[in-house]
Amino acid sequence: MNEFVGGQVPFDWYLYLSLVLFAIGVAGVLMRRNAIVMFMSVELMLNSVNLILVSYSSYTGKLSGMVFVFFVMVVAAAEVAVGLALLVSIYRNIRSVDIEELKNLKW
Amino acid sequence: MKDIVDQSAQFALSTILIPLLPLLGFTINAFFGKHLSKTLSGALATLSVAVSFILSLTIFFAAQNDGFSAFSVEVFEWITAGALRIPMEFYIDQLTVMFMLIITGVGSLIHLYSMGYMHDDEGHNRFFAYLNLFVFFMLLLVMGANYLITFIGWEGVGLCSYLLIGFWYKNQEYNNAAKKAFIMNRIGDLGFLLGMFLIFQNFGSLTFTEVFSKAGNYDLNDGMIVAITLLLFVGATGKSAQLPLFTWLPDAMAGPTPVSALIHAATMVTAGIYLVVRSNILFSLAPDTQHVILIVGLATAIFGAIIGLRQNDIKKVLAYSTVSQLGYMFIALGLGAYSAAFFHVMTHAFFKALLFLGAGSVIHAMSGEQDIRRMGGLWKYIKVTGITFIIGTIAISGIPPLAGFFSKDEILANAFAHSPLIWGLAVGGSMLTAFYMFRLFFLTFCGEFRGTEEQKHHLHESPATITIPLIVLAVLSIIGGFAGVPEVLGGSHWLNRFLAPVFADNEILSHSAHHLDHNLEIMLMCISVAAAVIMITIAYVVYVSKSVRPADDQHQPGGFAKLIANKFYVDELYNAIIVKPVMFLSNALYNFVEVYIIDGFVNLLGKGAVGGSRVLRLAQSGNIGFYFFAITISILVIILINTLS
Repeated sequence: MNEFVGGQVPFDWYLYLSLVLFAIGVAGVLMRRNAIVMFMSVELMLNSVNLILVSYSSYTGKLSGMVFVFFVMVVAAAEVAVGLALLVSIYRNIRSVDIEELKNLKW
Repeated sequence: MKDIVDQSAQFALSTILIPLLPLLGFTINAFFGKHLSKTLSGALATLSVAVSFILSLTIFFAAQNDGFSAFSVEVFEWITAGALRIPMEFYIDQLTVMFMLIITGVGSLIHLYSMGYMHDDEGHNRFFAYLNLFVFFMLLLVMGANYLITFIGWEGVGLCSYLLIGFWYKNQEYNNAAKKAFIMNRIGDLGFLLGMFLIFQNFGSLTFTEVFSKAGNYDLNDGMIVAITLLLFVGATGKSAQLPLFTWLPDAMAGPTPVSALIHAATMVTAGIYLVVRSNILFSLAPDTQHVILIVGLATAIFGAIIGLRQNDIKKVLAYSTVSQLGYMFIALGLGAYSAAFFHVMTHAFFKALLFLGAGSVIHAMSGEQDIRRMGGLWKYIKVTGITFIIGTIAISGIPPLAGFFSKDEILANAFAHSPLIWGLAVGGSMLTAFYMFRLFFLTFCGEFRGTEEQKHHLHESPATITIPLIVLAVLSIIGGFAGVPEVLGGSHWLNRFLAPVFADNEILSHSAHHLDHNLEIMLMCISVAAAVIMITIAYVVYVSKSVRPADDQHQPGGFAKLIANKFYVDELYNAIIVKPVMFLSNALYNFVEVYIIDGFVNLLGKGAVGGSRVLRLAQSGNIGFYFFAITISILVIILINTLS
């Protein structure tokens, strides 16, 4: 995999990058307690996947990967809109977005 | 071929309308009956059957033409699955036409009668709904073009029989009688069903015409054909109350009298005969089965007649008489005399419906009393009923020229051609018939009135809706026999000629037709008539001249008479060897298997689910971080498993 895509960066570097980004995203979701940060981590994971899709699309010369990325972005945008609205609503109710305090929904 | 197409096109509409009209009557009475006046709902039900009768008549008259041949009308495609193709189809031939005439003709008379008889009953609309439904299913039974349609009708009439026997459902005994009839019929139905499976397995079709055209490939007494016919015959014994499945019919008298007349005398109980006559090609191929039918029929004919001798309930006497007469029809079937069997079905429908309706009129006059020991001397109070009743009694006793003589004589002549012994037994049975029927008549209509003063005060002739059907049926009982006057008496036996096409494909039958010497035949007639007259005379001497009265329940004689009065303890026998063990078994199964094993298993599952949930719900801690962690770990585990495998 030493072929270069669109310049001097080797193709597998893109994969390593997105792997790292994804791992950061997962770690963020698992470790942080602030819901907004967790949200951003989720976005990070989505974008790392987007990056893989785009790189492969460019590598194979097929457009379907690119098209798919647009769909992911649209859905992510919608998700963010709904998610942030929920967070605002939660904040108005309990004056916090700390998930340690959002523990009321249990058995 | 062109002819067939023309006919089915010509009669397609009436063929479909004939069963549809009673169904329509049922629908209206069942769903809107409460909003209709009693007269209107009764009239509607009667009219729907009467119009069917008129439509049947048009087909009947068309069938008189030489150009007529059997035709089928397909209403719609019903079941198609692989090789199985069962259309909703009607098959009309001469046999069907005759049955349609009996069902709708006698049926509409009985509907008319019911308008008078059931007028004061609160379940009036329900009654007519059931009665219409019955006529629909009965028509389906005889008009179906394949065994399955016939089977639907067969089950349907069983259902209606159940509903109508238990019509007065507040009486638990009546409910038990209804259940008994239903369950006993179910045993027979199983035979029919298994027979049908075998037919499909061997012939690849259930359509009558296809099955019969392929039957020629089988040898005489081929094991498979014998099995099929025996199973069909088991079905027939259930429906037509033959030994050993006859005990439901006398109990079925719990239903209203018009029901006894229509279902348990004229039409439904003859369904078994229809089935055998329809499948005559199969039955002729199986002489072994025919022997069984002959023996069962003969035994039933005599057995029923003997029990009838000592019954004191007016309807029970007629019920056992029906069992016995059905036995005669099966004797004819066992002898291969299919048209003679049908002839007796027809005349029996006339005179037995007449007798039952007459009995209903007597019960009506007696304010609900059914015990003939408390009747007597009714002749002068209810003349029309009396006259029509005596006509029916003479007809069933086989006195010429009434209907019963001709049909019974044809059976007897066939029996003699087969074996004089069978003839002798059959004549013995018919002597008993003459005796118990005249015993019934004399005890009911002659001598002194033995009921209470109050009953005597209420004695009155029934209204016109009741007497008109009686008169019409009496006329039919007189002239019905002329449809089949044998050649020896100068007749041409119209019925045999009319039904001939039904048996045209039955090659075995055409080779084995019996021919008795004419003098011998006349002599046999004289003997049977003389025997009947002697028995009538004895009945007259005993019950009129000497005024012997059947003993009260407390003073029953012992010995053989006691055995007869208790109906040979058949019910008790069945109770002991079948009902009680089954009850014991079900109790045991209930108390052990049901309560401990099945309930235990189900409860175990329930408790397990509850207990498991109680533990598992602790995982739902409300901690979102933990959820995410669980999700991530799970995904990793899934990926790991996928990569490893």
